[in-house]
Amino acid sequence: MRICLRGLALLAVTLVLPELGHRVQAQEPPYFVTYSHAMEEPGNLEVEFKGTQASPSGTHAFGGATVEYEYGAKAWWTTELYLSGETTPRESTVFTGFRWENRFRPLMEEHRVNPVLYVEYEDVNTADRSFLEVVGNDGVGDLQAPVREARADVEREMEMKLILSSNARGWNFSENFMMEKNMMGGDPWEFGYALGASRPLTLRAGARECVLCRERFAAGAEMYGGLGTTASFGLKDTSHYVAPTLAYDAPRGTRFTFSPGFGLNGNSMGVLYRVGVQYEFQQFFSRFHRGEVR
Amino acid sequence: MRRIWAAAALLGVAVMVCGAEVNQDWLKRVPAQVRAQVNPYRGQQRDIAAGARMYADYCARCHGADLQGTRGKPSLRSEVVQQATDGELFWLLKNGDLRHGMPSWSSLPEAERWQILAFVKSAQQPQRADASKR
Repeated sequence: MRICLRGLALLAVTLVLPELGHRVQAQEPPYFVTYSHAMEEPGNLEVEFKGTQASPSGTHAFGGATVEYEYGAKAWWTTELYLSGETTPRESTVFTGFRWENRFRPLMEEHRVNPVLYVEYEDVNTADRSFLEVVGNDGVGDLQAPVREARADVEREMEMKLILSSNARGWNFSENFMMEKNMMGGDPWEFGYALGASRPLTLRAGARECVLCRERFAAGAEMYGGLGTTASFGLKDTSHYVAPTLAYDAPRGTRFTFSPGFGLNGNSMGVLYRVGVQYEFQQFFSRFHRGEVR
Repeated sequence: MRRIWAAAALLGVAVMVCGAEVNQDWLKRVPAQVRAQVNPYRGQQRDIAAGARMYADYCARCHGADLQGTRGKPSLRSEVVQQATDGELFWLLKNGDLRHGMPSWSSLPEAERWQILAFVKSAQQPQRADASKR
């Protein structure tokens, strides 16, 4: 019950904060899993709610919720905290853990391909349904365990990614290669990938504010999945998804994103729906300086 | 377990070293052919208006609604910015000056970056006129 209340409080904070802050559109591509080289602007705090929902065959439907706090520490360094929860009808709603990630841009200028180094520590239990990444032999079989058992199975993992990303003629193309290691026990390294391409629906802004014009939309697609482990590298017993994505920047600055992900093999879920609500506070801490509260 | 932490620490150090390059003036890094580029939307009212909207969304919080800058963030009415060519400012918007806090805006479409610069240059003009009268 206490965990439920915490989850509701987090959700409320996420939804209410936008009414208090300065409004701005985000410049990130509309991806859920794939990272591009777009970093959070220094001093800005982005708050995002990410929800997942699926009804995999042979097990219960579920809903996942993650609240993400992304802060631009430097123009070349972005740090993020994720808090995740999960709900399964007729079972329970639980807090599933946290993640802390850091992304660094080692090259200070724009290139044809821009690398970003990503390091993450996560402390999540196997009831987690956020699907922020798919690695190793992750598959629909992992969802069979009842929540009360899964929440007791905690994994403390280190995850690293090489993010490669390019912007050209309004398009973004991103490729992520990831490796993950459970630091509890002797599990092997797990590998995964994510690919994304996206583009705003128009490349030139209009002179007037508009509500449902093309400049407020961006569309794209992602493909992501596991690549096995150091013990069994390859596509055997892995799951893969392809997911079109659509983002809408509302006039007052909140971004809404939607993406249905379609499983590509028998080890994947049929459809995994994702929704995102995102808001950015510009120069967050300067609001608390004397004479700067706006 | 120790190896993982050691690898993570090594990665962190490598990133810090890469990020600690020698401080250089961004203007010196602009390639000559980019420096000569001319804003295709310069003086076009439609694009200046669009640029003003985007400036308010993306830039005003740091550089000020009046382009004068805020708390340690540079003014866009400074001599350096006023004298910079369209191409130089376009290069800065695309690449940023990551070491000194200016983010890259390469995710914005090229046309929108030019529109922002069309607004910035047009907003500078009244002050230029005032300065020339003095």
